Amino acid sequence: MDLTPEERGILAGTRGEAAKRALEYQMAVGAFWGARRFVPVTNVHMMGDIEVMGDGGLQWLRSEARLGARCIVPTTTNARCIDFAHCERLGQDAGEAAKERELIACLQGMDVVTTDTCINYQTVYQPHLGERVAWGDTGTVIYANSVFGARSNFESGPAALAAALTGRTPEYGFHLDEHRRGTFTVQLDAALDDLADWGAVGKLVGQAHQNYFAVPVIHGFRRTPTADELKHLGAALASYGSMAMFHFVGVTPEAPSIEAALGGNVVAESVVIAGEDIERVYRGFRLGDGDARLVVFSGPQQSLLEMKRLAALFAGRRVRAGSSCFVTTNSGVLAQARRLGFAQSLEEAGVTILEGVCFYILQNLSAMREAHRWTNMVSNSAKIVNIIGAHRFNTILRRTAECVEIACSGVLR
Amino acid sequence: MRRAFGPAVEGEALVSEEGFSPRYDLDRWTGVITRPGHRLEGASIVDKVCFFPSAKGGIAAGWAFYDLKWKKIAPKAFIFGVTNPVMVQGAIFAGIPITEGWDLDPRQALRSGDWVRVEPTNRTIEVLRRA
Repeated sequence: MDLTPEERGILAGTRGEAAKRALEYQMAVGAFWGARRFVPVTNVHMMGDIEVMGDGGLQWLRSEARLGARCIVPTTTNARCIDFAHCERLGQDAGEAAKERELIACLQGMDVVTTDTCINYQTVYQPHLGERVAWGDTGTVIYANSVFGARSNFESGPAALAAALTGRTPEYGFHLDEHRRGTFTVQLDAALDDLADWGAVGKLVGQAHQNYFAVPVIHGFRRTPTADELKHLGAALASYGSMAMFHFVGVTPEAPSIEAALGGNVVAESVVIAGEDIERVYRGFRLGDGDARLVVFSGPQQSLLEMKRLAALFAGRRVRAGSSCFVTTNSGVLAQARRLGFAQSLEEAGVTILEGVCFYILQNLSAMREAHRWTNMVSNSAKIVNIIGAHRFNTILRRTAECVEIACSGVLR
Repeated sequence: MRRAFGPAVEGEALVSEEGFSPRYDLDRWTGVITRPGHRLEGASIVDKVCFFPSAKGGIAAGWAFYDLKWKKIAPKAFIFGVTNPVMVQGAIFAGIPITEGWDLDPRQALRSGDWVRVEPTNRTIEVLRRA
């Protein structure tokens, strides 16, 4: 890679040992992908919690702290695995909670802003067209690339932290124009009235094109999609397809037309998604033993407007005795939801609101499943339905109002 | 292979028909693939040279591979048909060899249990013993 004098200085140790090691690591990653240079980033969003890092990761983080690691660009954290207020009641491990507290303190010592949210793009930072960032959590990356027209690859925990320490990232993948062009088209010929329908689109498109460098160009939709709809679409495309970008003609900034979004690429495939295809997605989920005792609104965390809708749907109702219903959001949204009464409505209905976490990364989730003898998990999020499999849940995607109905009736259809 | 990182290693091949994610598919405390319905459900990736056609999902691999190594349940190498940056960032962070791109589909040339040698520098894989 071509290095600037500043980068050669970092390698020589002018910014300390932690920054030097971070740049060497980034050079190895850049070399794999054939990056020719580094590009500066303005914002970093990283995943770092004890569930995913484990003792090995925590040990590494301690040594980084000892080396004097310090962020040189604003750096925020993704959703984590423990909400300390609910830790004991959920049967989470006290030892792991202590490690999580140490991990958070360690990150804060490096000047990381522990926002603990996977919806930073809705609540913390909105990069502009062409702005280069280093974000982790695939849902944040696909939103940044697609909806904002910013530029980021999937930057996992150590890669994002490296970018925070050096202020740059290797230029490959979605930093390059050639990878941002559409590779196939998707015509939407369905109403898509619920957030789960958008996740279903993401499942259909993503599952059939599992490739980081596949970029769908979505067109033909007859109204303006909302931010929450694009969030569920993106999260599902990233989850099922490992995709980092989509174009939505007339909606996203690099897609004024199909031709512009394709940027000269010849379309190898044109997909059409009709209402019947969406219904087939719902019918495709096996109901297992019919267990309807776990309903989850999470993955991504709920926006304020999602909280409002859930509060309205749960108003005057009650989660069935013996069932559990979880909503996850971040501290900012929860504070507003409390001020506006949405949180109280949900809690009066028996819903548990978890703050700063996402359901699928909860510490001790497999043990929680066993303790409650949950076999199924019902959600309106296609992403979480896909992602939670390693914990041995049978998962079922349903529309938002149906999820509420299932939580209150205990009946799964 | 198109791209490669890491030192040369030898090990038992684990050949998958399906893509992989440590978050979606793997019990990260045992190294066993536990996702219901995964084509390798019940198989262990510990000390294996893992052939996966594609990478699935998520950001988790970045930290997860390092922690697998810490727990001594890491695979010997990842040989992907198509991969994504997270797998690469995670493998390099953990010091696990990783490659992308197949000249020959390993599902035709190999079976799980064959003993193979991965040479990232030459971008080659050699079958040393058949299962």
